[in-house]
Amino acid sequence: MVLLEVKGLTYSVRDKKPLSGLDLTVNEQEIHALLGANGAGKTTLANLIMGCGGYMPTAGEIRFQGQLITAMAIHERARLGITMAWQEPARFDGLSVGDYLSLGRAANTPADCLRRVGLEPAAYLGRALDKTLSGGERKRIELASLLALKPKLAILDEPDSGIDMLSLQEVVDVIKELQREGAAILLITHRQEIARIANRASLLCGGRLVMTDEPERVAERFRSRDCRTCDGETCHD
Amino acid sequence: MTEGLNNLLGELFSHYPDAAILTQPQTAHLVIDGQQMLSRQTIPGVDIRSQESAGVITIQITVARGIQVENPIHTCIGLMKPHGSQHIRLQVKLEAHTSAHIIAHCIFPNAEKVRHVMESRVELGEGAELRHSEGHYHGPYGGIEVIPQAEVRVGSHARYFSDFSLTSGRVGKLQLDYRVVVEKQGVAEITTRVYGHGTDEIRIRDELILEGEDARGLIKSRIAVEDEATSAVIGVTHGKAAGARGHMDCKEIVRDRAVASAEPIVRVEHPQAMVTHEAAVGTVDQKQLETLMAHGLTPDEAVDVVISGLLR
Repeated sequence: MVLLEVKGLTYSVRDKKPLSGLDLTVNEQEIHALLGANGAGKTTLANLIMGCGGYMPTAGEIRFQGQLITAMAIHERARLGITMAWQEPARFDGLSVGDYLSLGRAANTPADCLRRVGLEPAAYLGRALDKTLSGGERKRIELASLLALKPKLAILDEPDSGIDMLSLQEVVDVIKELQREGAAILLITHRQEIARIANRASLLCGGRLVMTDEPERVAERFRSRDCRTCDGETCHD
Repeated sequence: MTEGLNNLLGELFSHYPDAAILTQPQTAHLVIDGQQMLSRQTIPGVDIRSQESAGVITIQITVARGIQVENPIHTCIGLMKPHGSQHIRLQVKLEAHTSAHIIAHCIFPNAEKVRHVMESRVELGEGAELRHSEGHYHGPYGGIEVIPQAEVRVGSHARYFSDFSLTSGRVGKLQLDYRVVVEKQGVAEITTRVYGHGTDEIRIRDELILEGEDARGLIKSRIAVEDEATSAVIGVTHGKAAGARGHMDCKEIVRDRAVASAEPIVRVEHPQAMVTHEAAVGTVDQKQLETLMAHGLTPDEAVDVVISGLLR
């Protein structure tokens, strides 16, 4: 059953169209990978779905569980069950990891969520969510916050960036765990080993969605084309 | 207990959950309302004296050589009346190889036209360590002028940590001026946290003089201003000796029509000294807000989380 439906989504900035006439669906409890070169529009799409500041579609609509959410504020979308983990998660002076994992309508305990991302609660619950954490630790805490929230749709913007190869499997395990707990995941990634866990994948190129299929086939097409110089109209014909 | 003492302690209990510690015999304390000393308690190794002369109360706190004071020393200084002035001279001396934590509660819940001057002189002997936490609890009227001034000398191998917090109630007018001299291998950290509302005026000047070899220091300012409040923060650090290391870190959040400024001044007088600074002055970070809103917090709730975190 369709959870998220994006229809004819266009986003223009001055004379440029970072996204153009984009259609995408994400089904309930589906992992949907979004592949594309740098600048293809993946993060822009994520920001539009989440409703981040400064991102308002110039055309098209976004529906969640059938409800039109295109003009909703972030927190209203969050209360419907959408959340997002940014590629570079924010850091906060004075806010502890434990406080952060208790924000909003947290469904799982902070300690349990930390354990599930491989962090020892005793060492992390009281730590400040500031620049004293490494990039990898911060990423894991962001994943833990998704486990705490138990969203219906989690948008993950490159959850694997800044994570070493040995920890990659743990990231995969957490994503699968989120899915098992009922979440659908829109997974933005460059890594095909991560995209492989998806049920479906889509390829974005030059602001257009050019293909949705099984992850292997989408990854194969991504590899075989020079997406970095593509305008999204010609190279994927 | 006198009525004045009851009133002041009652107010303290409403802000400070551990206030009952003042009544324990092993805790040194001093309670002053206006120009009147209401209660004083010394413990072995900690001498507390006070005297009033020509409208000025002089308080002397001395920790004898080698004494490690287990419980914090509490000073509760305030003015319960809506009008008046209070002038305190605080002289703190930690003799060599001592350690103490002074918690100062400054309580002005009804201030409509009040002036509070606190002139501190702090001296830390060799290897001494002092933590000085000063929390202000002001009322809603903004009619208070607070002038804390401190001259601090941190002896060799000594450590000084000060934390000034005025985040409860209206600030009124604050003119904070701290000057800390750090000798060889000494450490000083000065933290200031203030939340201004209405037409509050915040003026902060922290100066750190890293005089001795390998002296280290940090000036940390965390300010939030809203409505029409103004804030001007000046941080000055001098690196005067080999191995001296200083850093200034100022963050100010500005909302509504408030105005904030930060001015770091770095003066290095030795080629092997190093002083760095960073300042961020502006609105609440959009990414922080969006992250919190993606957890379901409203914009106002998200701003509260960011500001209370900054001032914590």
